[in-house]
Amino acid sequence: MEFILNPWPWFISGPLIALVMALLLYFGKTFGMSTNLRTFCAIGGAGKFSNFFRFNWKDQSWNLTVVIGAVIGGFIATQYLSNDSKTDLNPITIEELKTMGFSNSGANLVPNEMYNWEAVSTTKGLLLLIIGGFLVGFGTRYAGGCTSGHAITGLSSLQKPSLLAVIGFFIGGLIMANVILPLIFNS
Amino acid sequence: MVGIFFGIVLVKSEAVSWYRIYEMFRFQSIHMYGIIGTAIASGILFLQLSKKAHLKNLEGVDLFVPKKEEGFIRTLVGGSIFGLGWALIGACPGPMYILLGTGVFSMLIVIAAAVLGTFLYGILKDKLPH
Repeated sequence: MEFILNPWPWFISGPLIALVMALLLYFGKTFGMSTNLRTFCAIGGAGKFSNFFRFNWKDQSWNLTVVIGAVIGGFIATQYLSNDSKTDLNPITIEELKTMGFSNSGANLVPNEMYNWEAVSTTKGLLLLIIGGFLVGFGTRYAGGCTSGHAITGLSSLQKPSLLAVIGFFIGGLIMANVILPLIFNS
Repeated sequence: MVGIFFGIVLVKSEAVSWYRIYEMFRFQSIHMYGIIGTAIASGILFLQLSKKAHLKNLEGVDLFVPKKEEGFIRTLVGGSIFGLGWALIGACPGPMYILLGTGVFSMLIVIAAAVLGTFLYGILKDKLPH
């Protein structure tokens, strides 16, 4: 049991993620989480504004059940399959984050300094979540996929657009983590 | 069921951790590179073998992966915009829902903003270079 309750090593997790992709392909579907954002738009009536959202979203209902499953999976994993071990981060990372005002790094999955209600109730905190979410939603559709669709599925099937997209993910991610985040959290 | 499995794997692998994403983009750990690398390596192996063996899906046709849309600008620029958001909030479109399940309810704000971002893309789609 200890083996399951502790965080899983990367060489176990990676192949299991590939298994998720393989299962979805076997069921005649594909692994692409960001498509659901488009589906939500379609359900909300966005078809009135752009033909990009004019499709039969019921064809995507299987993907919405993956979303519901993911929420349930997150619940089960934290409630029943975890102990209180911290994320084993690089000490340099922890030290670095401390100077940026992040305490207790790795104790939770997301920093309280960004996600607890106290942080969210400040203008800055709220804006960060909205801007971040917005960039993800806009960028993923522009690029034609996210980590699951491009990085995992696209690269596994050796597609060139996915390689370019993943290079893009890293350009953006490197700029944010190395340049912008230190500017946001230097106070 | 696949979704539940996906959710569990991503929590247990810590791939939904904001800190792990930060660490990855600072090149301070092998963890995320290991996960993504072994996922892709297993994925390539699986797809190549299934092609050779003409593995059928549940509907009885050969397994196939839909082709991604081509476009130099859309993938690089869109990808970079996505990357900026990913490293800021520490979650991509799968982990958003998973983290919600782990009890991070403020993630609903992020999800709502992501839906809005997708909506705006849909509006601007024909005006953007691809």
